[in-house]
Amino acid sequence: MADYDQELDASGLNCPLPILRAKKTLGAMEAGKVLHIIATDPGSVKDFEAFAKQTGNELMESKEEGGKFHFLIKKA
Amino acid sequence: MEQKKLAIIATKGTLDWAYPPFILGSTAAALGYDVEIFFTFYGLQLLKKDLDLKVSPLGNPGMPMPMGMDKWFPVLGTALPGMEAMMTMMMKQKMASKGVASVEELRELSQEAEVRFIACQMTVDLFDMDHNQFIDGIEYAGAARFFEFGGEADICMYM
Repeated sequence: MADYDQELDASGLNCPLPILRAKKTLGAMEAGKVLHIIATDPGSVKDFEAFAKQTGNELMESKEEGGKFHFLIKKA
Repeated sequence: MEQKKLAIIATKGTLDWAYPPFILGSTAAALGYDVEIFFTFYGLQLLKKDLDLKVSPLGNPGMPMPMGMDKWFPVLGTALPGMEAMMTMMMKQKMASKGVASVEELRELSQEAEVRFIACQMTVDLFDMDHNQFIDGIEYAGAARFFEFGGEADICMYM
């Protein structure tokens, strides 16, 4: 997984909490910085794709590893 | 690009119906939508400081019941005293175990995300409610106020 500036562990949280927490965390970050999100909700895969498309933040990476979902989002 | 608008009309006051307006409203706000929720009739219950929301299996055949209880308590059984309290408790436990946020938390997150709450003043008067019963940050207005926003909304949902 590429480098990131900040991490958000949303394990155990269900829709819509991972998206809301990610939005809040990104809000406090500078443009161009990368946020690493860890989630366990399988729905978050499609949700973060949709989140990136609609907010303009770039989804750099999305992968599953050992039952956890990892996302790298670069703030627009 | 102009900001999209989502208008929601919340009319139900049970635990299961409390979730959709706050989940969809807060998510839309996170996606950059301008969001307003108009709470009318039983939907006003969702704005109370002390939430006492319940879920009832009575007349709700789509509600999954734990341990095959629906086979043991067909229709009439769901009207037994204490059934509502038991199902409410079970639903809350189930939600907590699955990492689903509480209604209070989702409501707070919605306000934090700048979702605007409009309480129907006519219904407040109809049920002799008091503004002190409700959380802060609510606007009290009528149907015309809702249409001011709803008429320009890209999406409008009735719940």
